[in-house]
Amino acid sequence: MRTLIFRTMAPYLTSLMVLFSVFVLLRGHNEPGGGFIGGLIAASAFAIYGIACGVSPVRRALYFHPMTISGFGLFIAGLSGVLSLFTAVPFMTGLWAEISVLGVTVDLSTPLVFDIGVYLVVLGSLTSIALALEEREED
Amino acid sequence: MATVEHTETDLTVAMITEPAQLVDWLVIAPVALPLILGAALLMARRRTAAQPVLAIASLAVLFAADIGLLWHVLANGPAVMTMGRWLPPFGISFVADALGATLVATAGLVSLVCGFFSINSVNFIGQRYGFYPFLLLMMAGVNGSFLTGDIFNLYVWFEVFLIASFGLIILGSGQRQIDGATKYAILNLVATTLFLIATGYLYGIFGTLNMADIARKAPELRSTAPLMTLATLYLVAFGMKAAAFPLNFWLPASYHTPRIVVAALFAGLLTKVGVYALLRTLVMLFPPERSVLSTLIIWLAIATMLVGILGALAQSDIRRMLGFVVVSGIGFMLAGLGLGDPIGIAGTVVYAVHSMLVMTALYLLAGLMRRAGGSYTLNRLTGLYRSHPLMAGATLLLVFAAAGLPPGSGLWPKVMLVQASLGAGVWWLALAILVTGLLTTLALGRVFVLAFWRMPEEKSGEAATIESQDVGRGTYLAVLVLCVPIALIGVWPEPLIGVAQQAAAGLLDPGSYVGAVFPLETTQ
Repeated sequence: MRTLIFRTMAPYLTSLMVLFSVFVLLRGHNEPGGGFIGGLIAASAFAIYGIACGVSPVRRALYFHPMTISGFGLFIAGLSGVLSLFTAVPFMTGLWAEISVLGVTVDLSTPLVFDIGVYLVVLGSLTSIALALEEREED
Repeated sequence: MATVEHTETDLTVAMITEPAQLVDWLVIAPVALPLILGAALLMARRRTAAQPVLAIASLAVLFAADIGLLWHVLANGPAVMTMGRWLPPFGISFVADALGATLVATAGLVSLVCGFFSINSVNFIGQRYGFYPFLLLMMAGVNGSFLTGDIFNLYVWFEVFLIASFGLIILGSGQRQIDGATKYAILNLVATTLFLIATGYLYGIFGTLNMADIARKAPELRSTAPLMTLATLYLVAFGMKAAAFPLNFWLPASYHTPRIVVAALFAGLLTKVGVYALLRTLVMLFPPERSVLSTLIIWLAIATMLVGILGALAQSDIRRMLGFVVVSGIGFMLAGLGLGDPIGIAGTVVYAVHSMLVMTALYLLAGLMRRAGGSYTLNRLTGLYRSHPLMAGATLLLVFAAAGLPPGSGLWPKVMLVQASLGAGVWWLALAILVTGLLTTLALGRVFVLAFWRMPEEKSGEAATIESQDVGRGTYLAVLVLCVPIALIGVWPEPLIGVAQQAAAGLLDPGSYVGAVFPLETTQ
């Protein structure tokens, strides 16, 4: 699969897809999208990069092992539920904070943290599987 | 966005407005703690030196939370926490009643002991592949199954512990392990698919997935809805999970392949989740359907007991033999389910606790015997009594416990089950229980006689080739720690029987369970 056209295009395609996946993740609270589908898009971006340029550049670019990313996602998703311990509401209750950044109000919430956690879990585990399969092919 | 300020919606119709008590968090702690700590361990996967320490500390905290929950539930009745403040049945409720809390506490003890045992028995490669994260994630799944009050959520937790158990069973990726894992995975996936189909059907009928809500609505719907079909589907799905006859063949075909500590965990915990789900659905949700099925369940119980133990008699590999003993134990638990009276169900609960402790201990002991004698097969194990007298003592206690002889913990649940079956006039079930007890004594007694009492034949030839490793003090201690509650239940069973009777009463009359989930509607 290492044609010149594909190898030249893949990095641009990958960066676009990762950017789009973050967009899909963030719009997901009220509109179609969210952590799961965002994570799938990001994982396919890394899979494309892996097919075009080999697995080790992907591993280097990710810096952390995909399973570590996945573990971190699960960790923050779990912690986002525990935060409600301090406000005397049950586990996983959504908590909201409005923060003003340069005159624009931004709503931050525990469901957002949970969704980012889901994004990272999906990204990490699927990238891990994809890279393992691509590595096997090169042997 | 705090909705209160923007709109004038009456939140009390949709949300719980009372503040959550700190003690209610005990209900979710056995699930949330291992999930978060398991994720943390997954991040620290490369630090193999720190893994066991962190994992055992996590399991100890988990066990402490389990004990706290059990104490709270026994003192104050079922405890409930509904996720995200949404009122049930829309929010997902976690409900800890006496049954769930007892099983969670026992599972906590078993996992802690297995954590200690694994220090010496899971090697570097096993840790790199993530033994400890998988262990904690499996505990999250098992505890979630015991505590959830939502039947679809029960399916989700089944999947969580199944996926973690797939990870544990193939740890190290040996050819034999892949072979065992394939059988295990396919059969379990078939069972979960059936479970899912039944649950979809149930939702179509009831329009709710909350177990308390289902228990409440079932009497009205009984005359029109096909609840018998649902009950039968659940019996097949969970019977497969629990390894009941005739769907028991996957268990002995796979449980001897993974590491011994993984096999011990599986034997102790996983089949019991199936039994728990059977109790929860058939006894609490569909009691009239259960009584229609009762004769069938009793015959299945007898077949499971006898097929299991006859299989055990035919084996010479200790691990394979123990797999069949696990199956036979499932038969005893089904017996109480089939009888369906308070004593029988209490007997099933006591047997489940006993079986979790004893089966785990027996598998761990097989691991010790392997290290001391160099083999798992009875043909090669000899003369351990002389070299390891303490191990012989522990084995004797466990053999007595599994066979149902005093002073082991197995005596009391069998007494209760025999009493219940004679009370119901089902004498052939009582006979089968006693015969199986006798055959268990033979099967496991054979292990003791051959491995411990038989003298080594030739000192030079055979014995020299068997490499006898150092058993290790930590692993010894792990097995001895499990022997303490086993002996304690044997000589002083009243507390456990009391708890089991409370659990059985809660299942047979779900009033307090429903009342805990819907506090407002029952007071009106």
